[in-house]
Amino acid sequence: MTVSELAEKMELEVFCLGDPEHGIDSAYCGDLLSWVMGRAEMDNVWFTIMSNQNVAAVAVMTDLSCIVLTEGVKPDEQLLERAKTEGLNLLGTSLSTYRAAAAFAKLEDSPE
Amino acid sequence: MQDIVFRSEVDGNDYQRAGEASRHTKSALKRLGLPPEIIRRVGVCMYEGEINMVIHADGGTATLTVGIDKIVIELKDHGPGIPDIDLAMQEGWSTANTEAQTLGFGAGMGLPNMKRSSDEFKIDTVVGEGTTVTMTIYIK
Repeated sequence: MTVSELAEKMELEVFCLGDPEHGIDSAYCGDLLSWVMGRAEMDNVWFTIMSNQNVAAVAVMTDLSCIVLTEGVKPDEQLLERAKTEGLNLLGTSLSTYRAAAAFAKLEDSPE
Repeated sequence: MQDIVFRSEVDGNDYQRAGEASRHTKSALKRLGLPPEIIRRVGVCMYEGEINMVIHADGGTATLTVGIDKIVIELKDHGPGIPDIDLAMQEGWSTANTEAQTLGFGAGMGLPNMKRSSDEFKIDTVVGEGTTVTMTIYIK
């Protein structure tokens, strides 16, 4: 599944789609940035409520496929700017992190 | 091949811009054509180091040396030093301030992440003088 497919299937709000064809491999949920750096894996979707520009740095350093801001959180101006500069995928949903991850897991398990 | 050296100054007062040196280094390593997993590990080591220097040491210097078979990252600061390295290496232990925590840092994972992401990891620290963290990542 690509990020653009994920955005469509989960009806995510698109803040920035710098690399829409980036492939997805599983997901990680977390708001403590160092914890995410240490545990998230390459090409993961990252569900978080953190919305400052350090989120972009973590996504770049960890090679994540996309950031999904949950709970209706909007990116702050610097994060949006940084995501555009770095060519990141920055999306959003009104779902809670739990609900968003559960929806993603369902998609992951469903046949193509 | 001669070693390639990248050196960056880390600004100690800017949480928002922390990570600039790591990002530039990562781009440079991509241009050198190194394997993505190696670049990722270097990125984690450098970014965590940069964040630590901003939170605890009022900045410092990051030096990255790319050789034919390994990458060596040296992070040097003139901060307060680490009184108890064993404690500092424990996951979850942190002395970060509230500002850092509000931004999502201070989980007490920085040094453990750096150790996990490198093949060799060394801390030289003197209380009141500063800390140098040296990490080696082998290019297999």
